[in-house]
Amino acid sequence: MLVRERIFEIEALLETHCRLIDEDRLEEWLDLFTEDARYEIVSRENVALGLPLPLMLCENKNMMRDRIVSLRNANIYNLHTDRHILSLPRIEMEDDGSFRVTTNYSLFQTNPEGVTVLFSVGCYHDHVVRGETGLQFRGKKVITDTGAVLSLLATPI
Amino acid sequence: MTTDVQSLYRWPAADCTRIPYGMYTNPEVYALEQERVFQGPVWNYLGLEAEIPNGGDFRTIAVGDTPVILNRDRKGQVHAFVNRCAHRGAIVQRQTCGNARAHICCYHQWCYNLEGRLTGVPFQRGIDGKGGLPEDFERKEHGLRPLRVAILNGVIFGTFADEIEPLEDYLDKPFADQLRRQFNRPIKILGYQRQRVFGNWKLYTDNLRDPNHGGLLHMFQITFGIARLNQTGGAKLDKRGRHNMSWAAQQMGQFAEDDGYAGTERGDTKLQLKDPTLLQYRKEYPDDYNLTIASIFPNCIFQQIGNTLAVRQIRTKSAGEFEIFWTFYGYADDSAEMDAHRLRMSNLVGPAGLVSMEDGEAIRIVHEAILGSENEHAIVEFGGRGPVTDQATLITDVPMRGFWLYYCELMGIEPGKAA
Repeated sequence: MLVRERIFEIEALLETHCRLIDEDRLEEWLDLFTEDARYEIVSRENVALGLPLPLMLCENKNMMRDRIVSLRNANIYNLHTDRHILSLPRIEMEDDGSFRVTTNYSLFQTNPEGVTVLFSVGCYHDHVVRGETGLQFRGKKVITDTGAVLSLLATPI
Repeated sequence: MTTDVQSLYRWPAADCTRIPYGMYTNPEVYALEQERVFQGPVWNYLGLEAEIPNGGDFRTIAVGDTPVILNRDRKGQVHAFVNRCAHRGAIVQRQTCGNARAHICCYHQWCYNLEGRLTGVPFQRGIDGKGGLPEDFERKEHGLRPLRVAILNGVIFGTFADEIEPLEDYLDKPFADQLRRQFNRPIKILGYQRQRVFGNWKLYTDNLRDPNHGGLLHMFQITFGIARLNQTGGAKLDKRGRHNMSWAAQQMGQFAEDDGYAGTERGDTKLQLKDPTLLQYRKEYPDDYNLTIASIFPNCIFQQIGNTLAVRQIRTKSAGEFEIFWTFYGYADDSAEMDAHRLRMSNLVGPAGLVSMEDGEAIRIVHEAILGSENEHAIVEFGGRGPVTDQATLITDVPMRGFWLYYCELMGIEPGKAA
């Protein structure tokens, strides 16, 4: 039975996920994932064709950590701030007590001169479990309708 | 088009060590190069046979900015023709890929077969003697404009030119051999990526012929102590200098003390990856190259970055925008585990690639800054001036000049000549 508290808790997790990216708190964003979490961004074009190629693939949390360390220390990318807008989530409970959550997102990027573009639109397919620090993502598959990446994709969606 | 392109800008150096910025930003130049470069005496990459294995399979692609249908007919023959209805110019095939018995324009239902011939026009004779096309309208004169197709090891090229050297001569031996190496057995498609870049397409062909930027802009491998620019590497060119292959055969983790980064703020870090599996190169060719990036004039790149295999096709949109269309593949006999390894390693490349994402930004900031400075010049002098030859170092941008010298020849520009 999906009690109201659980729905609030899942919505809070989704909100925190977006806010930490939007506020560039990517090191804290990592805490929302379990150690064995898989984070993946794939284009809807490939999904529709049954092709496995991702745009970004982290098979565990260490690969996610490496991405963030690389962003902070190695990579050069477009200066921007992110802003996420989420739809209401669809939540289904699995037999093991975990949740399958799907949520539509829009992600806007704004450059230092204040020009905003719609950077990506798509759907989160999340697997949410109860971890050591409350609810966490064990899997997050971002299926992006916006397969034509504008310039480049550096920060997570 | 009769633009006197020579007189547009000053070309102070006959060896193309100076490139006028206007060549990147001027819409007139862009229009002219569609005609003289992409539709000129060149072989453009179109796609891979593995993408259209069955009769009727098609993909819609682009040569420069010209929309093209690539398909296989029922007899197994590959054809390519312009995806623009002979009637009023509408896109005929709107899907990116699929299987079709014919290509039918949705606007007035003109129907083309898999060879691009016009086979049906509804109401051609009108109704009851009224309306319809004139008596002398000949369907056979109104097919979709074909490209001549040539295939090497499953890689499909096409040309609009009537007179051009055979594909293998055009590629020249180092590049034909490279294609035979990367397509040495049947392949399977792993997927596609698309990247919109906001700059001129030639800033990207420059980028690919400037290995010097690799260890300065793309700092992933250097930051994590995996590779240095001063390792074994270089550039191979074809006999005309128009194609370029940047290559590296790296010894992991063996760096000299004085490695050329002194005085810069880059390349000085003790950071380590927590999960380095995405970097483990599994040797799969008889040679030691673990990085080969072969850029074929004008529109494609065949890459091997570790075990990540892909073709990139440049599709121009305007003087200030182009798409990079990436086709990733593996070999048909790869195990499921090897598939997973290639997908894991794909994190290195593409628009989100740990060692490549910077290119989209570098091209954008160049294009933005050179707008309005058409008569100023880029400097192309790493590796020296004068003749364009193979390079035994990565600290060079000589291959860039090879591209420009051939480009100027096609465009009708004589570098060094006073305007």
